[in-house]
Amino acid sequence: MMTDEIQLIDESGIRLDGRRADELRPIKIEAGVLKNADGSAYIEWGKNKILAAVYGPREVHPRHLMNPSRAIVQCKYNMAAFSVGDRKRPGYDRRSVEISKVISDAMEHVVFTERFPRTTIDVFIEVIQANAGTRCAGLTVASVALADAGIPMRDLVPSCAAGKIDNQVVLDLFKDEDNYGEADLPIAYVPRTGKILLLQMDGHMTYDEFDKALDMLVSACEEIYTIQRDALRRKYSEDASEKLLAEIQNSNLASIEQPSILEGSTDIPPEDSTIITDNRKGGGFND
Amino acid sequence: MTKDIVSEIKRDYLHNLAENGRREDGRNFNDTRPISIELGLIESAEGSARVKLGQTDLIAGVKINLGEPFPDTPDKGVLTTNAELLPMASPEFELGPPRENAIELARVVDRGIRESQALNIDKLCISPEEKVWIVFIDIHVLDYDGNLFDAATLGAISALTNTVIPASRFEEGEDYQLEVQHIPIACTIAKLGKTLLVDPKLDEEKICEARLTVTTDENGDIRAMQKGNDGYFEVDELKSAIKMAQEVAKNIRGQFTFLQPTAQ
Repeated sequence: MMTDEIQLIDESGIRLDGRRADELRPIKIEAGVLKNADGSAYIEWGKNKILAAVYGPREVHPRHLMNPSRAIVQCKYNMAAFSVGDRKRPGYDRRSVEISKVISDAMEHVVFTERFPRTTIDVFIEVIQANAGTRCAGLTVASVALADAGIPMRDLVPSCAAGKIDNQVVLDLFKDEDNYGEADLPIAYVPRTGKILLLQMDGHMTYDEFDKALDMLVSACEEIYTIQRDALRRKYSEDASEKLLAEIQNSNLASIEQPSILEGSTDIPPEDSTIITDNRKGGGFND
Repeated sequence: MTKDIVSEIKRDYLHNLAENGRREDGRNFNDTRPISIELGLIESAEGSARVKLGQTDLIAGVKINLGEPFPDTPDKGVLTTNAELLPMASPEFELGPPRENAIELARVVDRGIRESQALNIDKLCISPEEKVWIVFIDIHVLDYDGNLFDAATLGAISALTNTVIPASRFEEGEDYQLEVQHIPIACTIAKLGKTLLVDPKLDEEKICEARLTVTTDENGDIRAMQKGNDGYFEVDELKSAIKMAQEVAKNIRGQFTFLQPTAQ
């Protein structure tokens, strides 16, 4: 096998990209990156680049999927044709169908679906550049996008994979390691509750190796969880401070106009026509 | 979606039983249903097996063609797995191309066979970049009473153990027996409340919060896993589920003499 020829981890335990066995690739998450979507987020995880967008709760299509007692969560994982070395045939293949399914299951557990009966919450995960570990990165970023959409959730869902190279258990394989790796174990683990929401595995691991991998994954997920929360905090503390600033600057105007804005969109036309005019202006420009 | 078909009364009943250490059909939590395997029943196939796991019933057929290798693995044979959830097997199954559940089933079975290196795909190469054997595993589900993952994996590996490579048909010499180096066995564990139970039948499968399929080899090493449904496992539950799966797989291996590697 190729693994005999290429050394993926050196004597001092350093991997090809300079990481230690239990070290994650650098992860950056940004919340609220798209205009049209109800919520969105972008992640760079090593060389992975992935966008997630959330629409909903909205009408279910096709209608037979509708659940009268709760919302359904439909994730669609998709890889761009240019995201990998050899062009990937565009469209939905069997791998994407399966990944979408396991991600949807994990999401459905954390969303308060009972709050939105008869609706769907659609989550689109677009892999723009892939470098191994995209399902974990996709799930990680999708849950930030859900939070950005303001959808009530029990928790964020951090996700990460462990694997085996040169007979050693390591965290978060990148492409070159994944190609020659001997096992791959992606999980999603919620630190606050200790729940495992996604788990797949292929390759070859003894029970003890699995045990070791799981330990690594639990602390990795804790680390990713912090990065997710930071992304949201950054977005919303910025937004909040901007709003506050705007409010102070317009404080004189606001105190006069605000009541009319509030009355604005009611069905009953107010008697004073000047208020209606003010209102339309305000609505048109401020939104 | 399919979860709603089980009535609330039935759901409560099964949960209550589980809390009291029992199951509807009287099995222990770590018992599988009776398994029967019939080998080589399809003459037109290169290998075949019919597996009955309780009332779950399916046929796995192996066909082998001569073809070109994938460009990125020019010196390896090709293995491909497909599953059909036939409308005859359940009122829930519809005609048409494989949907989500069928695709997941096929891919979990495929991973078990592939990752355990049941077949030596290097040996399926006749001449690099030109000619290799392409092994098609097709699973036809005839009757669905839960736990297709285990039944289908068992069907696939059983069919492979009696597969003959049809070399003479392609003028590549004498027909010969396909070598099987490892025997993967899948075991699915369902979680009902705090209870873990093996080989869920249909109702148990429908109401379980989460399920975990663990495929192990003859050493008990883990070769593939897949968690399903929107529930969760805690770390300790996960560990006991894997240990259960290892035990059950060992037990199944002991029941059938042909579940032995035919080559090293």
